[in-house]
Amino acid sequence: MLSSMKEGCHDPKTKQTQLLKPGRRTKASGVFHNLQEMQHCASLVTKVFIQRDYSEGTVCRFQTKFPSELNIRIERTLLEETVKTLNSYYMEAEKIGGQSYMEGCLACATAYIVFLCMETRYEKVLKKISGYIQEQNEKIYAPRGLLLTDPVERGMRVLEVSIFEDQGSAGSSPSSTLSSDSSAR
Amino acid sequence: MSAVMITRKVRKWERLPGKNTFCCDGRVMMARQKGVFYLTMFLIMGTCSLFFAFECPYLAVHLSPAIPVFAVLLFLFVMAMLLRTSFSDPGVLPRALPEEAAFIEMEIEAANGNVPAGQRPPPRIRNVQINNQIVKLKYCYTCKIFRPPRASHCSICDNCVDRFDHHCPWVGNCVGKRNYRYFYLFTLSLSLLTIYIFAFDIVHVVMRSVDKGFLNTLQETPGTVLEVLVCFFTLWSVVGLTGFHTYLISLNQTTNEDIKGSWSGKNRVQNPYSHKNIIKNCCEVLCGPAYPSVLDRRGLMPEDSSSALTSFAPSSTSIPAPQTTKTTAPLIPNEHTPDDAKPNIAASAEKTSSHKAKSPPPKEEQPPLPTVPPLASPETDAETSISKDKMY
Repeated sequence: MLSSMKEGCHDPKTKQTQLLKPGRRTKASGVFHNLQEMQHCASLVTKVFIQRDYSEGTVCRFQTKFPSELNIRIERTLLEETVKTLNSYYMEAEKIGGQSYMEGCLACATAYIVFLCMETRYEKVLKKISGYIQEQNEKIYAPRGLLLTDPVERGMRVLEVSIFEDQGSAGSSPSSTLSSDSSAR
Repeated sequence: MSAVMITRKVRKWERLPGKNTFCCDGRVMMARQKGVFYLTMFLIMGTCSLFFAFECPYLAVHLSPAIPVFAVLLFLFVMAMLLRTSFSDPGVLPRALPEEAAFIEMEIEAANGNVPAGQRPPPRIRNVQINNQIVKLKYCYTCKIFRPPRASHCSICDNCVDRFDHHCPWVGNCVGKRNYRYFYLFTLSLSLLTIYIFAFDIVHVVMRSVDKGFLNTLQETPGTVLEVLVCFFTLWSVVGLTGFHTYLISLNQTTNEDIKGSWSGKNRVQNPYSHKNIIKNCCEVLCGPAYPSVLDRRGLMPEDSSSALTSFAPSSTSIPAPQTTKTTAPLIPNEHTPDDAKPNIAASAEKTSSHKAKSPPPKEEQPPLPTVPPLASPETDAETSISKDKMY
């Protein structure tokens, strides 16, 4: 697992220890406490891509199948919960019902000029999703050395999960992480 | 003499692959060949100006002032729909970043297993079941993704477009998920405008001829002849096109699927996207949610890419020299030929190898890089080569 860092992140290249800014908690338990800490101190090991689920058609849905690479990092139920919530958000955005008809008809009547001033329902839901992903990253994924990327930045094709490794433990952990990854597969 | 270093923010549209042109700092997105689009604009604006100049004064006085007013509203609507279709992102799917492409390659390798030397690997196809129908998702060698259902690669714009309908040179853009309804409303409103102008031209000529005689009328309003000619030829094509798209919408099909005969009913294949109800299909296509663009055109490139540029750098508004248009058919099919794919694959191979050379992993103990198999090309893909053989 990730080794603990007492004073800051150890950069193996320059052999310097970068002191954390005052006010930040130092890592005692070996986990990252916030996103900024992780992005400064950790290095990317690999990325896992959760693909789209097209069984319901062209609506935006992601597969809830749990990738084996994440077995050691996070509980299955947490990731499934995140994906299910995201799927429900996308379903809400793409719902064809009274509100979407109203929006469509109003926009058509104004030759769609109203879209230049107003935010569409889909855009509003996308903002909610991005806030949700940020919150999930802060609370659940960053402490486990993972980072979710908003699917909209990947063309709504995949949900990218980046797996980070603590730089301070560069000598020993990469091989152990890799061997545990290969054994998990 | 030292070069002057200027730092400038680079927006993402400047680095987008594909053959689109961008204007207004990324707000406008079109295909490269815009000649036919300018012709469309000229025909519409020219005919309407003649109508407002010659017919409207007479009709406003002798019939009703509502006639020119309605014509103006209709004309503005047509122009709004045309510009919206032409300038918006049709639903382009961004290409896979290197990590995603490598991940997909590894999955394909794992699925294929060991291919004996000298044999072509199996075609890259994923099967998904949608509404009890098996749909094949093809792999795009240019974009390095498995195309979502109904997406297709436009060879003219060199992009994969979601719910690809066709590439329309008259609007100078692809027609896809995001701008299909604007395209339909453009053809519909243009049909109405053409019929309106044609009808009132006839009314005007008849009314004036009763007073002054036919030849005198034509001498007084020469624009009428031109308008009638343009409207007559436009009527057949645009009204026909509107009818065709109304038929497609009622079945929830795209032009691309119709041309390929994807859901023609052979072998009991049916359209899995259709709600089997005309009203529902129309509502979904025309009144569905307005999908936002996933191409972040106006976003700023990350810090390391927006490097200092010398004063000899091309300006951000430079548009690549337009290629000579050889489009003859009004509807352009989608699939890129293997010959088109070759330079793209070579270019992307160069890009990925240079990317790997520039950013080695920072750890002392370098983990073994996943061995990416030599980038497969349509020549090595069994299915594409079979279809190529059929073509020639």
